[in-house]
This record gives sequence, structure tokens and C-alpha cells, in this order.
Amino acid sequence: MRRLLYYPGCTLKTSATNFEESALASAKALGLELVELPRWNCCGVVYSLAADDLMRHTAPLRVLVRAQEAYREGLADEPKLVTLCAMCYNTLKRENASVREDAERLRKLNEFMDREEDYEGGVEVVHLLEVLRELGVEKVSGLVVRPLEGLRVAPYYGCLLLRPRGLGVDDPDRPTVMEGVLEALGAEVVDIPYKGRCCGAYHSFLREDIVAELCHRILRQASDMGADIVALSCPLCEYNLGRQELIKRRYRDFRGIPVVYFTQLMALAFGLDEHCGFEENRVDPRPLLSEKKLYRRGGGE
Amino acid sequence: MASKPRMVRIYVMGKKYEVPEGLTIMKAMEYIGYQFIRGAGCRGGFCGACATIYRMEGDYRLQVALACQELVRDGMYLTMIPFAPAKKKTYDIRKLRPTPNVFLQFYPEIARCLSCNTCTRACPQDIPVMDYVQAALRGDVEEVAELSFDCIACGLCAVRCPAGIVPYYVGLLARRLYGKYMLPKPKELKRRIEEIKNGVFNAELDKLVRMSVDELKRLYEMRVVKR
Repeated sequence: MRRLLYYPGCTLKTSATNFEESALASAKALGLELVELPRWNCCGVVYSLAADDLMRHTAPLRVLVRAQEAYREGLADEPKLVTLCAMCYNTLKRENASVREDAERLRKLNEFMDREEDYEGGVEVVHLLEVLRELGVEKVSGLVVRPLEGLRVAPYYGCLLLRPRGLGVDDPDRPTVMEGVLEALGAEVVDIPYKGRCCGAYHSFLREDIVAELCHRILRQASDMGADIVALSCPLCEYNLGRQELIKRRYRDFRGIPVVYFTQLMALAFGLDEHCGFEENRVDPRPLLSEKKLYRRGGGE
Repeated sequence: MASKPRMVRIYVMGKKYEVPEGLTIMKAMEYIGYQFIRGAGCRGGFCGACATIYRMEGDYRLQVALACQELVRDGMYLTMIPFAPAKKKTYDIRKLRPTPNVFLQFYPEIARCLSCNTCTRACPQDIPVMDYVQAALRGDVEEVAELSFDCIACGLCAVRCPAGIVPYYVGLLARRLYGKYMLPKPKELKRRIEEIKNGVFNAELDKLVRMSVDELKRLYEMRVVKR
């Protein structure tokens, strides 16, 4: 087993446990042991752009220090930190880039956190999708026991996996990495132009109307183009795109479409039914998957 | 004839005193004339009433101690902070459940934690305070309860937190939930409560109640403490 450090983030431990479980099980099947980082803290959530407020960078930098320690202590085979949540990925990746580029900023933060060892910039923040790309789609397709034949999947990236340019998992205008994985699972990819558009993010707290409008646009496009289901990698997007009652109240003719994590489809294709966690999705995908003869309640085919 | 003790300089609220080496901060303050009406409880390091902050001459770091536990050192600038004004929520533990959002429900300001770790550095009990605040943020009741177990609620973490979080009440909520809903119920306790209800100890208790103060004192001095 190739051991890689893994940063779960808070949401994967509470409202997106199906994301974590399906990802860990699928990774294990692929020969990857995702070793949870000991003593991790919140990533800091939104990456702070204020140039003069370094305090807001202690959280992500401390995570990088923990990863540096864990690698040195031999918990993993590579100095890589694998993330699943798009928000954590974005924040940690940008933090890493900012301190690598700006030695003065790193020195200040290291000095402020004088009880931790100094961060040296050697940790690589990656998303599971990047690990899969590096492994190769053949490796993924080689493990498929139940090809997702006849399932039309629209991959949805949202903002944080792709931007800013150069720090995302792929070309922000024409991403293909999730498409590659889904095709390797035997699914038919429906390429929607809105796959990199914003879901409304934290507007869900105070301006649900904005979220409803944006999510409706994305989901409507997916179903209009013939998709059966939407696949993504962000718990916040899953929350917004999954609250479809909100959308239905405003757009009476919207019929709804299941939204799942791409790792759930991977676990399904790998035959890891007990790790799919479909029962936790906001829009239950099981009727659709049963109809497509891909899933039966209680597992098995 | 006892030799004269070596004296050390301490500064209490900015005023310089010479006190004998080897005293605790609390004893040293009494030596120089302070009388504790508040800010002293058990004198054994358990009650959390004598929280103290100090700096050593020439050192930039603010350090913390319990005045009843820490010995004075030469060049110590100190002051006690016996009370921390803190937001305390009332709740009925019977109506709560150890669910992930329980901490955010009562103490939503934990979401303001930036992982600066100032709270951990302010803890005289060496508890990883930031780690349990972070565990609370992700709703891990057991982790919060375990990590905060040694907390004596001295309040220094709350005073130092730049985000205004009161970590020790978050820890207290976790330990209450953990004890009530997650730990297995001790069978012995149930049995003992039954015994009390059935009056097994009534005769012995009545005997104690009828005793004079002197008899009680004698009994207390002769008690055997089981370890």
C-alpha cells in the first residue's frame, strides 16, 4: 500500500461522511492508504486575501506544519497532503503557494507560531482527483466490477477546484480530470458549460434566492442536456445543489436531479456498495441507480 | 540555628518585593502582606481560583501559572487574574444530545477560531486547548471531553483568546454530554444508589448526626483513606 497523508476537514466528519467513506474505500481498492493527519485543525475555510492580516493564515499553515511533521515521522511515503473537500484544497493549496513565494511572510508566520517547528515549504497539497490522474485512468478502469453503463453523469467542479488559474486541479476553462475518472468508471459524461460556475456558496445563509437561481441554472442545464445525475467534489456545492425543494418552490417546473460525490460513483463501480453512503445524499440517487440496474438496496446486483 | 533563606525579587502588580526563595507565588504574596479573600480556594492546584500571569525579566513571553503551585523566581513580574468574565450558557442537559452541532448551537463563536494556539499557550494545565476547540468545531464530543479532561476552569484561555471564545465552557459542555450519553453507566453506582434508597446506611448516618463536634473531629483524624 502506498501511504499518503490525508486531510479530511470538518465537513467530512459531520455532514459529508459519505464523501469520506466512499473516498477512503475507493482509494484503498486502488492501493492507496490515506493516513489521516494527526492533530489537524480547521483549514481556515475561506482563503484570506487581506495582505496585512497574517493571523488568518495560522490555521492553514499549521496544517502544513502538521503534514511536514507527519511525513518526517514516517507516517507517509511521500510529502503529499491529499484533500477531498474543494474548499480545504483551495485554502491549503493557496496558503502553501503564498508562503513558498514570500519568504518574509513565511518567516513572520513561523515566528508567530514559535511553539511549532518552522514550516519549510516541502509539503505538496493535492486533491484526490490529481492523485487519480497520476495513477492513470487504466488503473481506475481496471478495478471496475460494475461499469456505470447507461448512466449519464454531468461532472460539476464549481469554483474552488479550478481557480485561481495555476493553482486548481485542472485548466479552469476546460477541465477534464473528473471526466476522465467518470469515463473510466464506464459512465457517459455529459459536458455542461456551467460546470465551473458558482453554486452561490455561502449565500445560502442570508440570500437563498441567489443560491436557488444559480443552482437552478446549473441543474436545469444538466437535465436539459440529458444528464441523469450530477457528480462533484465539494460539500458546500453538494449542500446548495442538493437543497432542491428551495429551487422547486421558485421554479415550479423543475423536476430535480440527484447530486452525488464522484467518489460515491467510484465506490459503486468498484462494487463497494456498503461504502457508497447514498442514503445520506440530499436527493436520493437510489431510485435512479436501481432503475439503471446499478444498485440494489442491501447491496449486490 | 536555621540559616537565612536566599531572597528573590518579585514584582507584584509592578511593585518590587524581596521574598524568600522556595515559596509559591501565593505564599510569597501572603509573606508580603496580601490577604486572600477571593482568588484562593483549594491551594492544591485543583480549583482554578488563583490563575496568574507573569513575565520574566527580559523575556518577551507572557507565561501562566496557578499561584498555589508555581514557585517564585528572581525577576518575576506577576499579577493574579482570579476571575474571568465569560459568556456562560444555561441549558438542560437532559434535553441535549451529543450531536455534532451542539457546540455551535450554544457557542457559535467557536467558528471564529483561527488556530492561533494562544489558548494552548495560556493553559497552566498544559491542555491542548486549541485542539479541543477545533474538535468542537467538527462536533467530536468524545475528543473534546478527553482532551479537556484536566481543565480546572481557571479562565486564562478565555481571557487570552483573540476571537473571544470561552474554551473552558465548551469543554465543560462536552464532558457533561460525554458523561451522560456516551460513557457506559457504572453498575456499581446504580447498586449503591439502591442501597442508599433502601436505608442501608441510615443507622450509621444517624450515629454521626448525634455525635458531638469533638467526637467527630477525633473520628476524622482517625479515618483511613483508601488508595
